[in-house]
Amino acid sequence: MLRVKNLQVYYGMIHALRSVSLHVKEKEVVALIGANGAGKTTLLSAVSGVVRASSGEVTLGGKAITRERPDRIVRDGIAHVPEGRHIFKPLSVEDNLLLGAYHRYSLAKRSAVRHEIDGIFSLFPVLADRRKQVAGTLSGGEQQMLAIGRALLSAPKVLLLDEPSMGLAPKVVKEIFGHISKLRAERGMTILLVEQNARGALAIADRGYVLETGKVVLQGPSEDLLANRDVQRAYLGRERED
Amino acid sequence: MYWEPDKECMDREELEQLQLERLQSTLNRVCAHVPFYRRKFDELGIAPEDVQSLSDAARLPFTMKSDLRDNYPYGMFAVPLREVVRVHASSGTTGMATVVGYTRNDLKNWSNLVARIITMAGVTKDDVIQVSFGYGMFTGALGLHYGAERVGASVIPASSGNTARQIQFMRDFKSTALVATPSYALLLGDTLREMGIPVSALSLKWGLFGSEPWSEAMRKEIESKLGIVATDNYGLSEVMGPGISGECLERNGLHFNEDHFLVEVVDPETLAPVPDGEVGELVLTSLTKEAFPVIRYRTRDLVRMLSGECPCGRTGRRMSRVLGRTDDMLIIRGVNVYPLQIEHVLMEIEGTEPYYQIVVDRKGAMDEATVLVAAGESIFFDTMRKQKEMVDRIRAKLRQELGITVEVKLVERKSLQQFEGKAKRVVDNRKL
Repeated sequence: MLRVKNLQVYYGMIHALRSVSLHVKEKEVVALIGANGAGKTTLLSAVSGVVRASSGEVTLGGKAITRERPDRIVRDGIAHVPEGRHIFKPLSVEDNLLLGAYHRYSLAKRSAVRHEIDGIFSLFPVLADRRKQVAGTLSGGEQQMLAIGRALLSAPKVLLLDEPSMGLAPKVVKEIFGHISKLRAERGMTILLVEQNARGALAIADRGYVLETGKVVLQGPSEDLLANRDVQRAYLGRERED
Repeated sequence: MYWEPDKECMDREELEQLQLERLQSTLNRVCAHVPFYRRKFDELGIAPEDVQSLSDAARLPFTMKSDLRDNYPYGMFAVPLREVVRVHASSGTTGMATVVGYTRNDLKNWSNLVARIITMAGVTKDDVIQVSFGYGMFTGALGLHYGAERVGASVIPASSGNTARQIQFMRDFKSTALVATPSYALLLGDTLREMGIPVSALSLKWGLFGSEPWSEAMRKEIESKLGIVATDNYGLSEVMGPGISGECLERNGLHFNEDHFLVEVVDPETLAPVPDGEVGELVLTSLTKEAFPVIRYRTRDLVRMLSGECPCGRTGRRMSRVLGRTDDMLIIRGVNVYPLQIEHVLMEIEGTEPYYQIVVDRKGAMDEATVLVAAGESIFFDTMRKQKEMVDRIRAKLRQELGITVEVKLVERKSLQQFEGKAKRVVDNRKL
C-alpha cells in the first residue's frame, strides 16, 4: 500500500533522514519507534508532504506522491494525525470532524458526509455526547479521538499517527491503543504508527522499524523487536529476564 | 506444501523492497557495531546510506574466509556476547576454525528457514526424522534438528557414525526421513545390502542431503539403495548453516530463502557479476542476522543461477547444485572450466559413466584439453561408427557447455582407476 524508498531529508545542515526505506501493507499496523530526534516525525511529515524530501520516493498503491502538495496527498489517501493533535479548539466537535472532509465536501455530498460523521460517533461514542461542545474543552484522550476521527473523514487509505499516546494517562493510553487496533479490525485501516511508547505500539503492531539518528537499524515482526535486547534496553525501559 | 507461503511465494517486487529495507538496516548495524566493516566501508568511501538499490550492493566490499579468521574468535560479532545464546564453529580443516554466534531471534529465524527447507523436501509433522549429521560445533546437525522440531516432526538425534546402530534406529524407530551427507547415505545403503536387510524392512521415504557436493548420478544411486526421494539442500556455517537454499520436490534447483539472504553470483577472477545460467562463485549477504551478519561473503562454492519459474509456486530464485569449489577451477585458453561441468554433461549422455579425467597440455602457445570418458561396456561392442557418433555428441555438448572445443576419447573405466581413493579428475601437464 505505502512504500518509502531511500528517503533523505535535510534541515539545513542537519541530515535528518538517511536513506530510509519502509513499507506498510494493506490492513497492516506498522510501528515506527525510536528516541527523540531519531527522525520519526520527520518521516511521517515527508510522507504527508508537510516536509520536503531532498531525495527518495514515496508511493501509495503504486502511485508516486513524493513531489505532490500536501493537500493533493490527502486526496490521494493519506491522512496525517500530527503530534499534539492540532484540533481546532474554538470549534465544536462536529465542525472539527466536518473539516476533515473539506476537500470533498459539497452540498450534493452533504448527507453522505453527515452519515460518515455518525459513523465516527459510533466509533467514539464519547464524542457523540459532546458533538456541540467546543473542542478545546475536551480531555486529552477525547481530543486524540477527535483528531483521529477528523483524519478518518478524509476517507484515507493510510492513516499516519504521530504519538497518539503522548501526554495521556496510562488508562487512556490503553483505550487509545484499543481504538487503533479496532480501526484495523473493523474498518480494515492501514496504519503507520509513530510512538515513544514502544511497548504499547509493538503490542498492537504487526511489524516495526527502529529508527536511530535518521537510519533504520532494525526492522521485523513486532515479537522479534520485543525480544531484541537492544530494543529492550533502549526503548522498553527494562530488560526482560530470561 | 509450504511452511510460510506468504514468504516463500512473495511477489518479486514486494520481496525486493523487503530485501532493500533489510539490507539497509543490516548495513547500518554492521557499521555501528563491527569495526571490521566500518573500516572497510571507510576505505572504499562508502556510507550505508549510499546503498539505495539492491544493485548498489555490488559496490560493497567482499568478506573472505580469511577475514573471519583474522577476527577470531568474536571480532565479527555485531552484538555483545551476553546477547549470544549459541556459538558454532566451522571445521578447521583448512586452517583455524571460524566462530559464529546466534541471538535468540537468530535461532528462531534459523529454525524457521530450515523448517521451510524440510517442508519443501516433503517432510511433515507426521515424519520421524533421523539426523545422522555429526552433532557438535558443526551447524548441520543442530540446524536441521531445530528446523525439524519446528515443523513438529519426531526428531532422532542419531548423530554420525556406528552405521549398524544407525540402521537399527531406522528399523526400530521407523524413521521416515534421513538427514545425512550424501556419501554417508551411500554407505548406509551399502551396509544395508551387506547386512542383508531389504529396503522394504525400513520405513524411509525422504532423504535430505547436504554439506558436500554430490551429483545427479549419486542421487539416483542413493534413491535406489534406500528407496527414498532424495533432495539437496545448501548452507554454510559462516552465513548461517543449513536453511539458505533447498530443493523442492520438483527437484530442479535449490530455492533461496531470499527474504533473509541477498544472493549474487560473480566471476571468481574478475569479481564481476555473471548472468543467470553461467557458472560463478556464490556470494551471500545476510539480511536479518543480529549476532553475526555477513556482507558479501565469498562462499567459494561454484553454482549457476537458474532462470524461469518453478512449478511449485515458490518465487525464491533457484541455484544449480554446487558444481565445485573455486579452488578446482581450470583456465583453458582463457576460459574458466570446472571439472563438475564436464561431469554434468556426461551424466546426460547415455552409455557413459560419471568417470572421467581431464588432461590439459600446452602445444606451442595453445592449451589443449582432452577429456577421457569412461564408456559403458556395451559401447565397446558397438561399431566404430557408433563410437564416433558418441564422441561427436559428447564433444558438441561439451562445447556448448564450456564454450571451448575439447578432444574427447572413450576409454575403459579401469584405465581411469589407477588412483587410490578419490579419482583424480584433472591432469595438468602445462608448465605455467
